[in-house]
Amino acid sequence: MSSQPHGLTEKRFETLIGQLLRVGVTLSAVIVFGGGVYYLFQHQGPAQNFHVFRGEPENLRYFSGIFDFAVALHSRGFIQLGLLVLLATPVARVAFSVIGFASERDWLYVAITLGVLALLVYGLAFS
Amino acid sequence: MPALAHLSNLEFTLLVALGSLLAGLLGALTGLGGGVVIVPLLTIAFGVDIRYAIGASLVSVIATSSGAAAAYLREGYSNIRVGMFLELATTIGAISGAYLAPHVPTSAIAIIFGVVLLYSAYTANKQLHETQAIEPDRFAKRLRLDGSYPSENGPKSYNVQNVPAGFGLMYVAGTISGLLGIGSGAVKVLAMDQAMHIPFKVSTTTSNFMIGVTAAASAGIYFHKGYIDPGLAMPVMLGVLAGALIGARILPDAKVKSLRLIFSLVIVALAIEMILKGAKGHL
Repeated sequence: MSSQPHGLTEKRFETLIGQLLRVGVTLSAVIVFGGGVYYLFQHQGPAQNFHVFRGEPENLRYFSGIFDFAVALHSRGFIQLGLLVLLATPVARVAFSVIGFASERDWLYVAITLGVLALLVYGLAFS
Repeated sequence: MPALAHLSNLEFTLLVALGSLLAGLLGALTGLGGGVVIVPLLTIAFGVDIRYAIGASLVSVIATSSGAAAAYLREGYSNIRVGMFLELATTIGAISGAYLAPHVPTSAIAIIFGVVLLYSAYTANKQLHETQAIEPDRFAKRLRLDGSYPSENGPKSYNVQNVPAGFGLMYVAGTISGLLGIGSGAVKVLAMDQAMHIPFKVSTTTSNFMIGVTAAASAGIYFHKGYIDPGLAMPVMLGVLAGALIGARILPDAKVKSLRLIFSLVIVALAIEMILKGAKGHL
């Protein structure tokens, strides 16, 4: 059907997107694991109390604070950085799809994908 | 949970990681996703506040969905156009759900969670029919949603039906995902398989492909609201991811049908527990 004429390039593109997803998840898991081992060294003693919800401190909620924490080799900031890499992976996938549809000159889907990207960026950056 | 109150941080982390590994393993083997059991596991067994549990679950959902989508894309079943178009609906839903969450009492969230769990267990065991309508849908044609998938006799093409109904259901799926921190794959498959008449294998793989994007939309908001704690999200994410990877590897040899039945019974039990605890205001 409509996808048939572009079959080959589309297939290649799907493989590329698959690789992008795998790299993002692997990178994130490595950072979270490293941060996790370090966290267990830094925080020995009784388990954290999750029974009462307090919410995370400001600097573990926003990118700038997390980055400062991670650079200062703070284990909790390091884990959050890894989780941010994970959150960024689907965003990168959608951004990559914009390029893919543009290369096929499929402007309708460039617009749809840009809409999804805008919603994601809103959720991550401006909420 | 008084028994768990005396655990050291290391013991607590390892226990959560082990539980998450089992959840991820069963989620991958049954196709229900690990997220549906993570929240009940953390709240009922570990006494974690449901908001922290939802934050950690969302993160694990992004990890497993993105990992699995990579494999599915290679097989050529996912329909990228259908996925992208419907992601408009699920991301708007996810953002609504995440904004709604702080205003809904946790007891109500527990009850809604229980109901969605029951529904997921029901659809997992229901035989979905493969209906193939021939006449093309107006919206599907304009949006170029029709596609084809590999079969034994070469590529098999299909037409997509009821696009507005599917879009509306996807908004609901996104809201549930954002509110409860799960992938809500059951509702996504309902929208694609039952409403839009997309072949089952295409529905499930495209749904998986969409789950990561949907969850990322609400996870950002949860992050800023302080629902995602690194000490809890770390063992959950790594555990579920490891479980899902093992599950994918042993899937060809697994007795999926009996596993699915056992897993569904566990889910029904968890659902009833969530509803009861929510009704009593214990969560």
